[in-house]
Amino acid sequence: MVPVSYYLVLSGILFTCGVIGFLIKRNIITIFMSIELMLNGVNLSFVAFAAHWQKFSGQVFVFFVMVVAAAEAAVGLAIIIAVFRTRETLNVDQVNLLKL
Amino acid sequence: MAGAVNLLAQTHPISSALSLVVVMASLAVEYLLLGAEFVAAVQVIVYAGAVMVLFVFVIMLLNAGVEERTKGSHVAIVLGVPGVLAGGLLIAWTLLKRSESGMVTLGSLHGDPKTIAGFLFHEFLLPFEVTSILVLIAIMGAVVLANRPDPQSPPPEKES
Repeated sequence: MVPVSYYLVLSGILFTCGVIGFLIKRNIITIFMSIELMLNGVNLSFVAFAAHWQKFSGQVFVFFVMVVAAAEAAVGLAIIIAVFRTRETLNVDQVNLLKL
Repeated sequence: MAGAVNLLAQTHPISSALSLVVVMASLAVEYLLLGAEFVAAVQVIVYAGAVMVLFVFVIMLLNAGVEERTKGSHVAIVLGVPGVLAGGLLIAWTLLKRSESGMVTLGSLHGDPKTIAGFLFHEFLLPFEVTSILVLIAIMGAVVLANRPDPQSPPPEKES
């Protein structure tokens, strides 16, 4: 028997780490990893609530979140490659245009 | 237990991809403890497998070095760190104080693939199909973005 609030606190910690990484990092790839971290924190709370309410809808929603995360990672990394080809940098401070 | 592993892995080293793999694996353990076996398996396969391989591949491909840090403004350090700590402690205290709202019995809900598939293909059929269209669009977008043909060079190089 584990209180559901423990999972919520852990999920909040993960989400906060993602937000902090998103804000303080200067590397595009690390920023994308922070976004993945945020999505994982939300997934954990989904599964915790699914186990709490004894419903499977939360677990099914986790799949949708995962699919969206995978699609976002694919498109984002393609954008990173395209930006790196033209800018020769990964620093977000030096990228001010998406124009190729 | 796994939360400690999570916290230790979250110190954000330069090679943060590997720590992210650790986080994914420990989250899969959490899902397994919560009785979501299929979700745990998919977490390992999709995240720790596909997405992280993609990340590491791009890191290697783009030759990402050590990032340079800016110092950060003084106001951000003075106001931000206590603010974050206070907010987090407030949220944690609120959640833990109202913990009479529920206990999770470990392994009481078994999300085996059969049950998940039943939900996925009956009650969530329309979102499932919409997701397939989303994935299709993402694939096309990734291919178009990564395989940018140059008018000067007739043979486009194949990447991604």
